Amino acid sequence: MESEQLNKSPEIEGVPPVIEPGHTFASVTDKISAIVLAQRTPRFWYIGFGLSFILVLVLLFGIAYLLTLGVGVWGINVPVAWGFAIVNFVWWIGIGHAGTLISAILLLLRQKWRQSINRFAEAMTLFAVACAGLFPLLHLGRPWYAYWLFPYPSTMGIQPQFRSPLVWDVFAVSTYFTISFLFWYMGLIPDLATMRDQARRRFARFAYGILAMGWRGSAIHWHRYEMAYLLMAGLATPLVVSVHTVVSFDFAVGLLPGWHSTIFPPYFVAGAIYSGFAMVLTLAIPLRKLYGLEDFITLRHLKNMGEVMLATGLIVAYGYLMETFMAWYSGNIYEQYMLWNRMFGPYWYMYWALILFNILVSQVLWFRAVRTNVVALFVIAICVNIGMWLERYVIVVVSLSRDFLPSSWGMYSATVWDYAIFTGSIGLFVCLLFLFIRVLPMISIFEMRELVHEEAEET
Amino acid sequence: MTTDTRNPKPSASRLDLGSIRERLACSRGQDYWRCLDELADSEEFHKLLKQEFPQQTAGWNGVSRRDFLRLMGASLALAGLNACGKAAPVDKKIVPYVNQPEEIVPGKPLFFATAFPMSGAGTGVLVESHEGRPTKIEGNPNHPASLGATDAFAQASILTLYDPDRSQVLRNAGRISTWNAFLTAINDDLEAERVIGGGGLRILTETVTSPTLANQLRQLLARFPNAKWHQYEPVNSDNVYAGARLAFAADVNTIYRFDNAEAILSLDADFLFSGPANLRYARDFADKRRVRQGKIGMNRLYAIETMPSVTGSMADHRVALRPTEIPNFAAAIASKLGLSLQSTADPGHAQWIDALVSDLQKHRGASVVVAGEQQPPGVHALAHAMNQALDNVGKTVIYTDPIQASPVAQLASLRELVNDIENGLVRILLMLGGNPVYTAPVDLGFAERLARVPLRIHSGLYEDETSAYCHWHIPATHYLESWSDIRAYDGTVTIQQPLIAPLYSGKSAHEVLAAVAGKAGEASYDTVRNYWRGQKIAGDFEIAWRRALHDGVVAGTAFQPKLVKLKAPSSDWLAASISASETQKQKAETRNAKSEPPNSLEISFRPDPTLFDGRFANNGWLQELPKPLTKLTWDNAALISPKTAERLGLSYQIGARGGEHGRIFVDVVEIRYEGRSLRAPAWILPGHADDCVTLHLGYGRTRAGKVGNGSGFNAYAIRTASAPNNGAGAAIRKIGAQYTLACTQFHHSMEGRDLVRAATLEDYRKNPGFAQHEHTHESERSLYPGFKYEGYAWGMAIDVNACTGCNACVVACQAENNIAVVGKTEVTRGREMHWLRIDRYYKGSPENPQTYHQPVPCMHCENAPCELVCPVGATNHSAEGLNDMVYNRCVGTRYCSNNCPYKVRRFNFFDYSDFETPSLKPLRNPDVTVRSRGVMEKCTYCVQRINVGKIEAEKENRQVRDGEIQTACQAACPTQAIVFGDINNREAAVAKLKADSLNYGLLTELNTKPRTTYLAKLKNPNPEITTAATNGIRTTK
Repeated sequence: MESEQLNKSPEIEGVPPVIEPGHTFASVTDKISAIVLAQRTPRFWYIGFGLSFILVLVLLFGIAYLLTLGVGVWGINVPVAWGFAIVNFVWWIGIGHAGTLISAILLLLRQKWRQSINRFAEAMTLFAVACAGLFPLLHLGRPWYAYWLFPYPSTMGIQPQFRSPLVWDVFAVSTYFTISFLFWYMGLIPDLATMRDQARRRFARFAYGILAMGWRGSAIHWHRYEMAYLLMAGLATPLVVSVHTVVSFDFAVGLLPGWHSTIFPPYFVAGAIYSGFAMVLTLAIPLRKLYGLEDFITLRHLKNMGEVMLATGLIVAYGYLMETFMAWYSGNIYEQYMLWNRMFGPYWYMYWALILFNILVSQVLWFRAVRTNVVALFVIAICVNIGMWLERYVIVVVSLSRDFLPSSWGMYSATVWDYAIFTGSIGLFVCLLFLFIRVLPMISIFEMRELVHEEAEET
Repeated sequence: MTTDTRNPKPSASRLDLGSIRERLACSRGQDYWRCLDELADSEEFHKLLKQEFPQQTAGWNGVSRRDFLRLMGASLALAGLNACGKAAPVDKKIVPYVNQPEEIVPGKPLFFATAFPMSGAGTGVLVESHEGRPTKIEGNPNHPASLGATDAFAQASILTLYDPDRSQVLRNAGRISTWNAFLTAINDDLEAERVIGGGGLRILTETVTSPTLANQLRQLLARFPNAKWHQYEPVNSDNVYAGARLAFAADVNTIYRFDNAEAILSLDADFLFSGPANLRYARDFADKRRVRQGKIGMNRLYAIETMPSVTGSMADHRVALRPTEIPNFAAAIASKLGLSLQSTADPGHAQWIDALVSDLQKHRGASVVVAGEQQPPGVHALAHAMNQALDNVGKTVIYTDPIQASPVAQLASLRELVNDIENGLVRILLMLGGNPVYTAPVDLGFAERLARVPLRIHSGLYEDETSAYCHWHIPATHYLESWSDIRAYDGTVTIQQPLIAPLYSGKSAHEVLAAVAGKAGEASYDTVRNYWRGQKIAGDFEIAWRRALHDGVVAGTAFQPKLVKLKAPSSDWLAASISASETQKQKAETRNAKSEPPNSLEISFRPDPTLFDGRFANNGWLQELPKPLTKLTWDNAALISPKTAERLGLSYQIGARGGEHGRIFVDVVEIRYEGRSLRAPAWILPGHADDCVTLHLGYGRTRAGKVGNGSGFNAYAIRTASAPNNGAGAAIRKIGAQYTLACTQFHHSMEGRDLVRAATLEDYRKNPGFAQHEHTHESERSLYPGFKYEGYAWGMAIDVNACTGCNACVVACQAENNIAVVGKTEVTRGREMHWLRIDRYYKGSPENPQTYHQPVPCMHCENAPCELVCPVGATNHSAEGLNDMVYNRCVGTRYCSNNCPYKVRRFNFFDYSDFETPSLKPLRNPDVTVRSRGVMEKCTYCVQRINVGKIEAEKENRQVRDGEIQTACQAACPTQAIVFGDINNREAAVAKLKADSLNYGLLTELNTKPRTTYLAKLKNPNPEITTAATNGIRTTK
């Protein structure tokens, strides 16, 4: 395999290795578990957790206010009946794509470089999907009836309306969350056992022991574990494609110009992977620096992620291009106007900012020097995160603001409560991540040990 | 006591007494006993009792405490009973019917005929009553001014009845008082007046057409021969009567027969929208424009006006002129028609005038020249002369006696009153209705003068600006609460019967006048009935009376045509108005030359299209009703033309939140006129005359109530007696501030989409199928077999050609379907709740564009995009083709609204419906759910009415007859532009319309298969007029 060849001669090819040389099983275990168990909780953790927790409080306050008064506290109206809530939902779901992609698809493709980033990418997925799941619930006019979207045995004999993409969403997102959670948890079990063994304090030993579910590391355990993990990866793989495909149906099934488009499923999936990798980079770069994990998350990982971003970014750019072409080629005045409105209407700055952040900025990734430059990658990742959010804003809000009857054209702009819940959701995401790196090994210990073993065998 | 009431600052001991009275009036239930124990022996209480029950004071001194309590106990018990009839919560046990009253079946409404009064004139209405509470106004088909239709004001009047801000108690110097206290208090003053023949008594009313009220006033004047009766309303017919006096030297009422008119010239007359006969005129006008298979012919309307009006928007040719140009223009037309007048100046538009004149002459005896109420008397006189010259009199123009009981010049009448006050002649001023402190011309200084009258009494529906200046405020009864009578535009009398006992302690004008005339306690019913008993009515009175009540008209009361002789037309007619405006202009110019930059504008005051003169300011439905052309809600604005705005550097900015469907920031201007100034937001109105500003009256109220206070600016603040309608010499200055206006549709253009399909009559003759476009999906295949609608298939056809944009349907829909009012802030966010809206589009140059009105209810698409996307199945299709909304099931994803290409769905972003205010509860239509927060709603085709119709038909084992079920919008429409029915019934009117070549669907290319379709708009331009600049549309030659 190409990666193996690269691994054999890193110096000659100038490609960094997936793990820096000189590590043993013990050093890997110590280094990763010490972050949780032995080291003093660093000051930046307190600061970061504190700040994000303040945002969580903002989120809680925003939700309380919203539930008390109604969705009118947001900027939505008729015609723009969906605003930040749906934009954020799609954005978070998109971010939640990287984890499963890295864990499942790259596992099946035997991409070894995934092993040091899969754990927190999966955690990130889980938290992103949790944040995403908040929004469809909160955006309902009567959220206390959200369970009506599930096919439960109602005494009224009523079932959900299965032609609606929103019902498909419910299944797609809840399935995705369940599988992602199981996958993440399964991956954690051997490490939880390690933590149990390493822990000094009684409570920690007890807690990790419960969570490790009696893992002893016997050969039969490992045998069954590997099988189950592979099967799980096989199950999760189609979900990577299906979730965002279904989310894109929310729009594609509608007849609104700017929504009604067959290109949406692939274009949404590519966009999701694009934003997912951007988010992984956004998190990985500061983490490896702060915890001194440069040995495990090497430039190799960053470079590879940059390449994935470049590729998916180009697919997204192709999507934009095709949308533009089809609007012109269709000869449909509504489609043509939709595009004109995106480019030169009242929200023109959103569209051009989107093109800048999503397409133009990532083109610098063609250069190897950029792909191996940590700071540049971080900036690009942030840009892509913003760009992908803008893309959803343009699709949801700008399309709705001007549709068929000019008499009903209107505009949307977010209120302080829109921002409160959006930033609050980011706070929740970050807060959960901080908790995660504090109590669980952020890098898969046993998989790193495997890497050490493989490296040793190869040399 | 009597002297005391005039002192606005009562002395200390008085305050005591007042507080006791207040306590007595306020407290109820057990509180009374404790109070009375405490009060019984106090000296003040004896005084008070003397005041309240003079007849019992004689024997009072000897009454024991025990007797007193017995006596008061009885009266308190009765007072408790009194409360039973009111909307106030009753904390006693209630007993259901033992014997069910005849005719009342719970759940089945009854309809009673009465008349809606507006500026004195009546429109016959039928009021829907549910178990004794009126809920909805419908037109009375038997009534000549209604023919079954109603306007937005009549529709909204039901909300005024239940308005919680209505005046509820009689007040004396601001404190709660009683009717008896009032009677006692004024008794001495009236006695004093009687001695001097009422020399100090003045009565100020609004326009009176009521024969009974006029009779009472005449009797009162006989009792007080030196007293005077004044009438004043800010929007009045002074010019109309003055014009008739110029032309005929007689008081004459003019009736137009648009059903016979082929060519119509409107000189600033908004006859389709305002005035006592607007519903009738709109109907007659629209009937002459209906083009159906077999009948191809339309009348032609020429409109000359300053501000684009509803009538102007229907015109085939329209010229926008400044107010001072109109008399001249009229004179030029008149001289071309052969009247010997020398026109003072060349008005331009020579070709236009020639074409118009030849068209009018072509239709001698079948044309109408109609002048607007705001035009000076000379123009009215000219219009009479032109009608005479065109041989229209007796054919399309009919003269009768005036419908007003006493057609005085109201402005002069008010001026006389003010002068009398100034000269100290007025000692008692009784104001029955009206709000002169707010509406009187500002230069009369009415409020300051009023304060000099020693005894001021005001009766009104609200404690308004005028009440604040009065010693006594008497709550008036709403027209649905009391007996009266009223004349329609042609003299037809309707006996107004009450639908409900007065909700509060209201007194009708009849009762107040009876009290002043010394007949206190005479009920309105007796007054009205006794008056009519005295009239010569053929046959048995009782039968005739019942007949009149049932039909809503008193047979044979319409006035007979009257022969009048026209005086020779003279240039002097106009001299007054032209010279007045010229001198005003010169004066202004000289003033401007000195101090102001040369931006002298003309100014024009108009009643507001939704609040009228301000009387509806506290009516939320009317406040939130988008005005026909500007689509503004909750505010008025200084309306100016695009060109003038450019010259003055005025612009607008679309707010980011709400955008074109909500929030528009506009420049605030300072308008200086006749030495007074006013700040107002400037609104650019396409089609407005250049160099002129139009201000709508009725806003800027300070004591209208919770809804009306503080909305808009008060145009009365610069409206003077010398120029109540139009004037010259106003100056406008941008002050640099911005103001937020709530506009429901700011986008003017159709963006090249064929939403309203229009053509000229010529084009239609050549290509009757012009409205049928190529892209229909009839042949499109589907995987699924189509649904077969076997029973009824409900559908609607809306004739865009007949729609005048008058808004009656919008308010009717709101009243029928319990639609919430959301307030200005929510409208600026694009969240108004109207299920039916009227889209307004412009075509052509902004100087004088074509205007289209398109009512948009739910389309009830057969392939409804909303149904597909609802995750919980809260919106479904019925077997009859209705797109039903299940509120209970809705979780509020709003996906349906996003996917609706017509954007007719409305969402309860907050808890918009008022579930709290007790007085609004009886207003609601019991057949329609009141929606709560988080639920989507939309037009249902009035499904509750459909079900009533179906149940009735099923009981009789037959099909629903065509026209039996009318939607609320359809029933209200003055021009019958909305037709609803079963499209499976080939004989149904709606099915026939849908087969017409003018029928088209909105956005049918989306394959939604809408059940609501439209009939294309037709214009009938004069082929001789080709200047695109003056009429804005292309004509085929």
